[in-house]
Amino acid sequence: MKFMRRERIKDHWREQRIFFFRTLAATVIGAILILALVSRLVVLQVLNYEHYSDLSRGNRIRIEPVPPIRGLIFDRNGVVLAENVPAYQLEMVREQVVDIDDTLLRLVDLDVVRTSDLPRIRERLARTRRFESVPLRFRLSDEEVARFAVQRQHFPGVDIRARLARHYPMGPAAVHAIGYVGAISDADVQRLDQSAYAGTSHVGKVGIERAYEHLLHGEVGYRQVLVNAQGRALQVIENNPPVPGKDLHLSLDSRAQAIAYEALENQRGAVVAIDPRDGGVIAFVSTPGFDPDLFGAGLSRADYALLSEDPDKPLFNRALRGNYPPGSTIKPLLALAGLHHRAVTPSHQTFCPGYFQLPGRDHKYRDWKREGHGSMNLFDAVAESCDVYYYEMALELGIDRMHDYLATFGLGATTGIDILGEKPGLLPSREWKRQAFARPADQAWFPGETVIAGIGQGFMLSTPLQLAHFAATLAARGTRMQPRLLDATRDPATGIRESMAGVELAVAGTGEPGYWNLVLAAMEEVVHGQRGTARAIAPRGYRIAGKTGTAQIFAIAQEEEYDAEAVDTRLRDHALFIAFAPVGEPRIAVAVIVENGGSGSATAAPVARSVLDALFEDQQQ
Amino acid sequence: MMFEDATSFRDTQHLSFVGRLLRRMHIDAVLMGALLVICGFGLVVLYSAGGQDTDMVMRQGIRIGIAILALLFVAQLPPRILRLWSPWVYLGSIALLGAVLVTGDIGQGAQRWLNLGFVRFQPSELMKLAMPMMAAWYLHDRPLPPDARQVFVLMLIIAAPTLLIALQPDLGTALLIAASGLFVILLAGLRFKVIAIISGIIALGTPVLWYFMHDYQRQRVLTFLNPERDPLGAGYHIIQSKIAIGSGGIFGKGWLNGTQSQLEFLPEPDTDFVFAVMGEEFGLLGLLGLLAVYLFVIGRGMFIASHGQDTYSRLLAGSISLTFFVYVFVNAGMVTGLLPVVGVPLPLISYGGTAIVTLMAGFGILMAVHTHRKLLSR
Repeated sequence: MKFMRRERIKDHWREQRIFFFRTLAATVIGAILILALVSRLVVLQVLNYEHYSDLSRGNRIRIEPVPPIRGLIFDRNGVVLAENVPAYQLEMVREQVVDIDDTLLRLVDLDVVRTSDLPRIRERLARTRRFESVPLRFRLSDEEVARFAVQRQHFPGVDIRARLARHYPMGPAAVHAIGYVGAISDADVQRLDQSAYAGTSHVGKVGIERAYEHLLHGEVGYRQVLVNAQGRALQVIENNPPVPGKDLHLSLDSRAQAIAYEALENQRGAVVAIDPRDGGVIAFVSTPGFDPDLFGAGLSRADYALLSEDPDKPLFNRALRGNYPPGSTIKPLLALAGLHHRAVTPSHQTFCPGYFQLPGRDHKYRDWKREGHGSMNLFDAVAESCDVYYYEMALELGIDRMHDYLATFGLGATTGIDILGEKPGLLPSREWKRQAFARPADQAWFPGETVIAGIGQGFMLSTPLQLAHFAATLAARGTRMQPRLLDATRDPATGIRESMAGVELAVAGTGEPGYWNLVLAAMEEVVHGQRGTARAIAPRGYRIAGKTGTAQIFAIAQEEEYDAEAVDTRLRDHALFIAFAPVGEPRIAVAVIVENGGSGSATAAPVARSVLDALFEDQQQ
Repeated sequence: MMFEDATSFRDTQHLSFVGRLLRRMHIDAVLMGALLVICGFGLVVLYSAGGQDTDMVMRQGIRIGIAILALLFVAQLPPRILRLWSPWVYLGSIALLGAVLVTGDIGQGAQRWLNLGFVRFQPSELMKLAMPMMAAWYLHDRPLPPDARQVFVLMLIIAAPTLLIALQPDLGTALLIAASGLFVILLAGLRFKVIAIISGIIALGTPVLWYFMHDYQRQRVLTFLNPERDPLGAGYHIIQSKIAIGSGGIFGKGWLNGTQSQLEFLPEPDTDFVFAVMGEEFGLLGLLGLLAVYLFVIGRGMFIASHGQDTYSRLLAGSISLTFFVYVFVNAGMVTGLLPVVGVPLPLISYGGTAIVTLMAGFGILMAVHTHRKLLSR
């Protein structure tokens, strides 16, 4: 082989010659490059000497960033949800300060800078250039401004500047949807383009403010100014104005949002309302909330600890990340599954004695109605939420068919809403259990687990957003629209508005139209029927289809009565309710969860009703 | 076999005692002298650029000392030995580069360092020498110019470490190492027709690539090509650096008198932008003088290369010299705004790093090539 390849013979003389000419070529190219470099030096140091000498001597050039104005956020009716208001902030230019530590300590003495902020201020000072202005304190009160103004001459390099601060008129009511901005932290520095954020002090931390940071922020401008030795700007040489960020128009309805928040105030819970036609989120509430303006103003560590250690967890976005057993709210989906897989027929009757037993077992799976519902068909079982009917049907369906059918409605997966941090919930199956547990003994799936999955208990978990999403999918008879908060963007400079198109997901819940008619009619019966579990909230002006749910988080012993009074508040059942309205051509689907609220019909359904009323109040009479 | 090792002293009778000593130590006095001039001048400039920090100058001096020891060591190795080691050095470097990707310490956002317990070390430095050694080894017993198939193999040899280093990510070093391999191919006599075709493909491919790029990627490329688009980031360096050099004029502001560098307007005055400090304090004359010494070193390197006794020595020495030229030119070009900003330090002068040890070891190879002469047995 080696021999075959060697057709040519090594010719040392020829190689030497080649090498010599290549060296010559390299020398010529090198000489040209060096010539270019030398001419560049001559241009800089001889021809333009005067120019550069001027710039470096006496007068020096400084490039100052001009931060862009952050885009505004509006609701669907043009109500402002996030705006920029003038505020005073205290800033320092490192270069002009003789003794930084001394200056900071004297500012603390003057009570305009907080001791607890000092580490963060030092961090910020360390990562900025010496001539850049560094904020020490945001949103000074008028009194603090006055206090500093009197002492100003003792603080060279420190000054008060009017800047724009973010303000959220809805405050805690919308914070879990809109999010908030906060001072740029070290972690933010890692992910942001530093030069694009020169001069910007705040960045979106969560919610819409974070997810659409790239649209809201805009582009930084800059100006080249001549400064004298003291750093005072003498003349603007060049000015490139910033490009303001885009305004966002959300699908949120601030009225529905406010009403939902009020209805849940002083409770822990969440409300999510979605337009089933395009997936637009109409209300997105998680309570308790907190004041988003606090973060923009610079939260002290103590105040932050107060929020993060609150047992009610106000910082926790329940609507997006809360994992709750869906309880009976999934019964309409399982009814569809049962019909589709012929586990039941519309006319199939079951007798409900108030409990269910697996063949050959003693354990009694109780119905919420102790005395039993008597003879039940599918329609009644949805309307009256008969547990026994579903225990039987679940066993007939089997966990894997339940899993596959419910998965088409988006359970067990993130919906893909346009804010970050969504949780996928949990939709159990045999396969999941094999993966999830380490011990082989735990990996087997038991029939009893299928039984309780029939009423949305056991391993099954879902977020309020997922509940609203499948309620909307029910309303749209299987057409799944991806939930999203952003409806349109608007460029404030040009006025050009760009609408977001709804994203349609894979169709859910295959089945005959007749099945849908039956199940949706039963959901209407839940609210408007004689024996419907949510009949108490039935409005007169329009018709609602809904489903109550009660998620057990505390297992009571056999033969023992669940006594709400006796159980600790934190272990009481979660109250759930899903609904859509108006029946016929649904424009809104809503999911409500009240943590430890007791029964769905008593606490969750009225919240949904008040949100629906906000939108249909003209039909009310 | 055909040769006989004859590192003899027969032809050194006319030299002085010092000359004979240097020859015995395998030192090329001319090259060594020029290198010491550059290093010495570098220390003087660093004293000014680093804010008159004596400790810093001491540390750099120690690095130079270590680098000279490395040079002396490498100079003792006959090129034949280097050639035999080449593939192993190359494969070892590849393995270390792989290890860095898996376990490396993170320094300034990129994985470049391998922690050996007592010292942290950059395998990409080793690759700077291993790359041309490997390429020269591959070609040394093959007839030149290389045919298409050999060029293809060489491209693979070049691509492997280049990709590994680019992944760290350290694009600047990756490109320089690729260049050192390409220089070997060019010196070996790759046909100009092939060079023209490859250049043509790259030239035609660029607009196609541009068409498929995202908007933000195009922005990045534009900023890369014209940093002054981004005056708060990369452009800031260039604006200040041009002011520093331009205001130096013909004669400079004098040592320790550069306002741009002393008042911190110039970023990184002791590392990547040290050339601007020289321009400000020593003027056009200072820079021309420095460039002259650099060019002398490169010229001497090319002279040694063209007098190399075998293909391996010639290709290796030539590649090392040309790569050194690229270092000097890219840094000077960047600092003067002729080239985009890439983080390439000024060789032998910029503060810090282990790069100086590699550079000196490279010059050690040149000296070895020059001093381990063999006589043809006629």
